[in-house]
Amino acid sequence: MLAKRIVPCLDIRDGRVVKGVNFAGIREVDDPVSLARFYNESGADELVFYDITATYEGRSLFTDLLRRVAGEIFIPLTVGGGIRSLEDFDRVLRSGADKVSVNSGAIADPRIIGEAAKRYGDQCVVLSMDVKRVGDAFHVFSHGGRIDAGLDAIEWAVYGAEHGAGEIVVNSIDTDGMKQGFDLPLLAQITAHVRLPVVASGGAGCIDHFLDLFRTLPAVTAGLAASVFHFKEVDIAQLKRVLARNQIPVR
Amino acid sequence: MIAIIDYGVGNLYSLLGSLRRIGKEAAVTADPEQIRGADRIILPGVGAFGDAMARLRDTGLVPLLLDQAQRKPLLGICLGMQLLFERSYEYGEHTGLGLLRGSVVPLAEVLGPEFRIPHMGWNALRFPKPSPLFRYTREGEYVYYVHSFYATDCEESVIATSEYGIPVTGAVQSGSVFGTQFHPEKSGETGLGILRAFSEI
Repeated sequence: MLAKRIVPCLDIRDGRVVKGVNFAGIREVDDPVSLARFYNESGADELVFYDITATYEGRSLFTDLLRRVAGEIFIPLTVGGGIRSLEDFDRVLRSGADKVSVNSGAIADPRIIGEAAKRYGDQCVVLSMDVKRVGDAFHVFSHGGRIDAGLDAIEWAVYGAEHGAGEIVVNSIDTDGMKQGFDLPLLAQITAHVRLPVVASGGAGCIDHFLDLFRTLPAVTAGLAASVFHFKEVDIAQLKRVLARNQIPVR
Repeated sequence: MIAIIDYGVGNLYSLLGSLRRIGKEAAVTADPEQIRGADRIILPGVGAFGDAMARLRDTGLVPLLLDQAQRKPLLGICLGMQLLFERSYEYGEHTGLGLLRGSVVPLAEVLGPEFRIPHMGWNALRFPKPSPLFRYTREGEYVYYVHSFYATDCEESVIATSEYGIPVTGAVQSGSVFGTQFHPEKSGETGLGILRAFSEI
């Protein structure tokens, strides 16, 4: 039986993890390789590295660290942040990424989804979308969630699925950072309209939120979070024990 | 030395890193002499069957691979496993290497709508028959899959399956020709054990 995936996301700037991770309450660690190792040992099913660097130097530090992680941590690695062209896909895939997550870059030029899928295969194209309620609808926002792209989230997800995305990450701006649970109504809409694996993001604050997610929406295939893992509010090994006790399949 | 066939397929960092971790020397190569001199061969692969087969043909290595497959252990991974079969129906009909009997067909044709496609993530292994490839692996251990097509009509060679609506072909063996639909190089300690077993066959 396919296991539900638990996915920590690390924001990287200039080759270091932004905000770091509080390691056993002793010291803050911001070395991506050490953290990748730590999460791998805690039972993370996949790692997402999100590059928030704006400079050329930062980009090359990012690809260096990706190579180091890929040479040592043998679980799937997804890379996002600043992916706007096939050259960007190429750069991170050559450095050890298995999947590439495209967000604003696909809004700016939707053809990138199909072109990347054709060149590298559907399995490595992840359409990541930041979604917020506007009136009665769900809108896609670009530029880190700041600008309403004028796209309906469900239509955008369907477009991605039809043009070669292999997975969809749905990040709810409304629930992100609130620690009140995942955005189940939004996720229910997306999973009802696309057959791709759907990764839930935004809103996890405790173990019960993951349990609610997978119990209420068995169609969701993975839960992604950042700070609750980094600050040890949720321990991945313990989370998986709780899910397993509740008949949610985990590795 | 393990020769990893280089025909322009993407990310080989994890495969090289995994083999290094278990202490095996490996080279990514399209050099016939190096492939002849290797003690075993890995055929990697991601992307679409038709494109990959065309690229493999373009290297001119197909006759050599067919010959070497009779002489030393060969492991196809993911699309590399699918290429070992006679044919695939991924976007049209394509001829494969024909080292294994069977064909590759879309999961979408056999799975109910409740199953997401691609089959992506960690799934548990079942072993319908024993194989030296799994000498370090127990039933129920998880491996990482990502694929939308699967091998069928190949019962005689199936050595592992994972349940996803149907028993999906997870690994195959015919003599010293092996294939895994999952990615051992992405499957943590379980994957390292499978690569170690292959390197000892």
